[in-house]
Amino acid sequence: MDSNTIEKRIELKVPVSRVWRAITDYREFGEWFRVRLEGPFVEGQTARGMITWPGYEHYKWEAVVQQIEPEKLFSFTWHPYAIDQSKDYSDETPTLVEFRLEPTTTGTLLILTESGFEHVPSGRRAEAFRMNDNGWSQQIKNIETHVAG
Amino acid sequence: MSQAERIAVDQAALLAQAPVFAALGDETRLALVVRLYDGKPQSISQLAAGSALTRQGVTKHLRVLESVGLVHSVRSGRENLFALDPKPIEGLKEYLDVVSSQWDRTLDRLKAFVEE
Repeated sequence: MDSNTIEKRIELKVPVSRVWRAITDYREFGEWFRVRLEGPFVEGQTARGMITWPGYEHYKWEAVVQQIEPEKLFSFTWHPYAIDQSKDYSDETPTLVEFRLEPTTTGTLLILTESGFEHVPSGRRAEAFRMNDNGWSQQIKNIETHVAG
Repeated sequence: MSQAERIAVDQAALLAQAPVFAALGDETRLALVVRLYDGKPQSISQLAAGSALTRQGVTKHLRVLESVGLVHSVRSGRENLFALDPKPIEGLKEYLDVVSSQWDRTLDRLKAFVEE
């Protein structure tokens, strides 16, 4: 695998049909992905919503649905951590996120890949650090608290 | 070292990578880095050959890469060769590590969501 691709494998102890619903039903997706989407995922269309992570609630979320192959593959392209609301990211090459499902004896194997990071502009990489859950904004807050305390 | 101090040090280390990201954010420079990736030092003429760049263009981009410590020049006889110093690139791995750990947490939430 090339170094510009992230791959994750996770075993889920529920049938493929359950996982499929969790990743492709826009309301269920929103629950664990922490985004409130406006409507269902449709191939070739842009899914829009608002991030629901504490501290990032006013940020927009957007992805273009690429493939919906029932119970096998769900993919979308997006601009990871495109959090600068004043900036237009549409000219940038997005990364591709793919969820692949395989039945196992105990449930489902989910293989997630995100590829195309070589096209993510340099400045945006720094934004990813800021956006990170345990990220810098939180850590700066920690420092502030620490200093104030 | 206290936790806050450690965080401050980590953050400083990351911010120090910003110029490396900027230098690599240009396709032409990225292509030059790729061509130097096998570790063999090359001259400006060698790097210009087979690319759309002039010698001046190559020189300009090499200077940017040199300024952030991604390449350094080595003297070989009368020629000036450029070699890749891969160490700053490890910072890019840190970027992918951040995105990667983000996915770990996202998928953990998915797991909890479907298995609950």
